[in-house]
Amino acid sequence: MISNKLMQKAVIFNSNDNVATALADLKAGEGVEINTAYKTVLITLVGAVPFGHKFSLTGIVFGSPVIKYGEVIGLATTDIMQGDYVHVHNVASARGRGDLAGGEK
Amino acid sequence: MTFMGFRRNNGAVGTRNFVGIISTVSCANDITWAIAQKVTGCATFMHGQGCCQTKPDLDITTRTLISLGQHPNLAAVLLVSLGCESVSADDIAAGISQTGKHLVKIVIQKLGGATAAIVEGTRHAEAMAAEAAKAKRETCDDSELLMGIKCGASDTTSGLAANPATGQACDMLIDNGGSCIFGETTEFIGAEHILIRRAATPEVARKIKGIVARMEQRAIAMGADMRGGQPTSGNIAGGLTTIEEKSLGAIVKGGTKPIQEVYEYGERPLGKGLFIVDTPGREPEFLTAPAAAGAQVIVFTTGLGAPQGFPFVPVIKVTGNPGTYQRLAEHIDLFVAPADNAGDSITRAGQRLYQEILAVASGKQTKAEILNYGNFPNIFTLGPVI
Repeated sequence: MISNKLMQKAVIFNSNDNVATALADLKAGEGVEINTAYKTVLITLVGAVPFGHKFSLTGIVFGSPVIKYGEVIGLATTDIMQGDYVHVHNVASARGRGDLAGGEK
Repeated sequence: MTFMGFRRNNGAVGTRNFVGIISTVSCANDITWAIAQKVTGCATFMHGQGCCQTKPDLDITTRTLISLGQHPNLAAVLLVSLGCESVSADDIAAGISQTGKHLVKIVIQKLGGATAAIVEGTRHAEAMAAEAAKAKRETCDDSELLMGIKCGASDTTSGLAANPATGQACDMLIDNGGSCIFGETTEFIGAEHILIRRAATPEVARKIKGIVARMEQRAIAMGADMRGGQPTSGNIAGGLTTIEEKSLGAIVKGGTKPIQEVYEYGERPLGKGLFIVDTPGREPEFLTAPAAAGAQVIVFTTGLGAPQGFPFVPVIKVTGNPGTYQRLAEHIDLFVAPADNAGDSITRAGQRLYQEILAVASGKQTKAEILNYGNFPNIFTLGPVI
């Protein structure tokens, strides 16, 4: 049932997203073209991105929202460059943070 | 559309035809298990609750056991009680008997211990199984179905493929007059605004907001970052970074229809349509909730490959991860290819899944049933064991 047809290397869910999701294991330095209904973007990856993981479509400043599905999935904990691997090392959740309770919550 | 089901005397329709052997308390599990090993056609419900707990937890346990015993997949029920447990075996028996199904209660301490209880229970189970074997499947409308929906061991393909396809099947069942129920309240965190917009009434919107706030407070009260517990380390390895990302991919499995009501754990929904039940995400506790609600089939999407089913409700495993599908083929019922920015393949996948749901409802064995994987569910409780 697994199709062998040429699949895109990554997917963008919503026109507001600032990250894309890899549909294959992608290498550092690799150029990834992503076609969506509204645009075609070409991103050169800074680091390797495993299948199912994310990379940045734009620069994301420290503290700014990371957006997937058109919704905020967390905040950047460092400045993120276009093409950077985006995961727990540079994004934090704003929810369920018992470690911050008494501070922000 | 139709499927072949077992119509019970009270009008409810089952997709399986078991004799249920149900423990009222964890201390009865060994006897429950022994009886079920001896008699073909039995399904157990064993759990870790029923005694030395606060009243709210005993009430949840009682309510859940009654709802499970009422399930139309159980032709008859043998209730196994120790005798000194905190929950009332008589109350549980009375609740299940409201369906009119054949019910027998055995009490281990009254019968003189394990050996006598196993002999007595086996005798009853054997007679019940012989009676249940006379039931025949008949044509039933798919509007009679209540489908449970769950995602577990998620990775990004869950939000990419398996959950959207399940959302399509959910919408189809509701359009056909049936019902669906989903939960995993922890995985609404960060996506609750989308669910609230779909609430059928302001009261339902208020309840959705309330259960999410309650679940988030429970996590915060532990004084640690929820990450690692939710999302799990497996989710993170699969590419999910935060609970918000996991939630946004997770709620897609509940389709797009209005949410009619929010239920407490162990309750049975009234009416038709899409429902939420307040549950945690962990499998043994979650799967009990749709079963207690009366779901005759459960669709369970997985990225990394969650294998378990439920003792008497078929659980269909769907994955969008091609590696998982190949590596764990013995646990996966359906593969849905990740959509590459095209909704069309998801629509077709939803239709394929719907056909699989009707086939399984009609008796097709799921992988979890074939492997007999899923005999250790539990009941979700809140307070301490005292």
